Amino acid sequence: MRSFLLAVVLGLAAGLAVAVEPGERLVDPVLESRARALGSELRCLVCQNQSIDDSNADLAHDLRVLIRERLSAGDSDSQVLQFMVRRYGDFILLNPPVRADTYLLWFGPLAVLTLGALGAALYLRRNRGAREQAPAPLSADERRRLEKLLAEDQG
Amino acid sequence: MRRLIYLLPAVAFVGLVIYFFVSLSRDPSVLPSAMINQPTPAFTLAGLGDKPGLSRDEFAGQVVLINFFASWCVPCRAEHPVLMRLSAELKTPLYGIDYKDKPEDAARFLAELGNPYGRIGTDRDGRVGIDFGVYGVPETYVIDKTGRIRLRHVGPLTAADVAQELAPLVKVLQGS
Repeated sequence: MRSFLLAVVLGLAAGLAVAVEPGERLVDPVLESRARALGSELRCLVCQNQSIDDSNADLAHDLRVLIRERLSAGDSDSQVLQFMVRRYGDFILLNPPVRADTYLLWFGPLAVLTLGALGAALYLRRNRGAREQAPAPLSADERRRLEKLLAEDQG
Repeated sequence: MRRLIYLLPAVAFVGLVIYFFVSLSRDPSVLPSAMINQPTPAFTLAGLGDKPGLSRDEFAGQVVLINFFASWCVPCRAEHPVLMRLSAELKTPLYGIDYKDKPEDAARFLAELGNPYGRIGTDRDGRVGIDFGVYGVPETYVIDKTGRIRLRHVGPLTAADVAQELAPLVKVLQGS
């Protein structure tokens, strides 16, 4: 049981670990936490699916140091992001910006869902209308056949 | 006519298949560049050993090629013969930026393979590389007479890249 708990605790701790090296950290905890927030939003261009805070790549290290330099020099968070985007493009942002040319990306899935829901609603309404109509009454011929079948069953 | 609407999902599906097929054949490691048509970032770099360095303002008004390389970079070795030929054939200056490298290693690299560069700047901490948007060496840039970046080639240059992309562009830029 104890070894299980230890494994759980260690596993959770591993989830918290980032690649930010002790030597990179700023003394000021406020600036450091801003640097962490920015670092988790920026894509490591070498490994592409990791943030620069999670990556051990050399370039990620350089960019982490650069973020801390800019923050120490008094840049705002958005100025730091702008600095990165000017050099590496929107691709460096893990969260793509909401702009006219990214509307399809942000709202496309919602549009598809709405279209599907609309289609389904129309289909269901049309079918329910058909179901609720009373069935046509039996014709004289059908009634005679029905009575004959019932009589056979009893006999 | 109303029936045609039921074909819509099939048409959309075929469209998606074509889109995915085209997207798959594109190399995802080659990223779009934010620096195309932007002014070349300012830099002043020291040279290798006692040789003169390189700064942006020196080549104002000229079409130039800038190649980021490093002695530790394996694809740079593969690219090197192409650069040697390039600097001999093109009448455009080819400048090198030695990216995050020890000067003595770079000197050995060039002594062994030959030096295609008219000038070399040493970017030891990689800051100039970051200003250019470099994310891996080798990268090659073409800069026009007004100092704007017109082409960025990521990865080793091949003879075909030079013949199809680089040389024609340089010719056009020099004529303008």
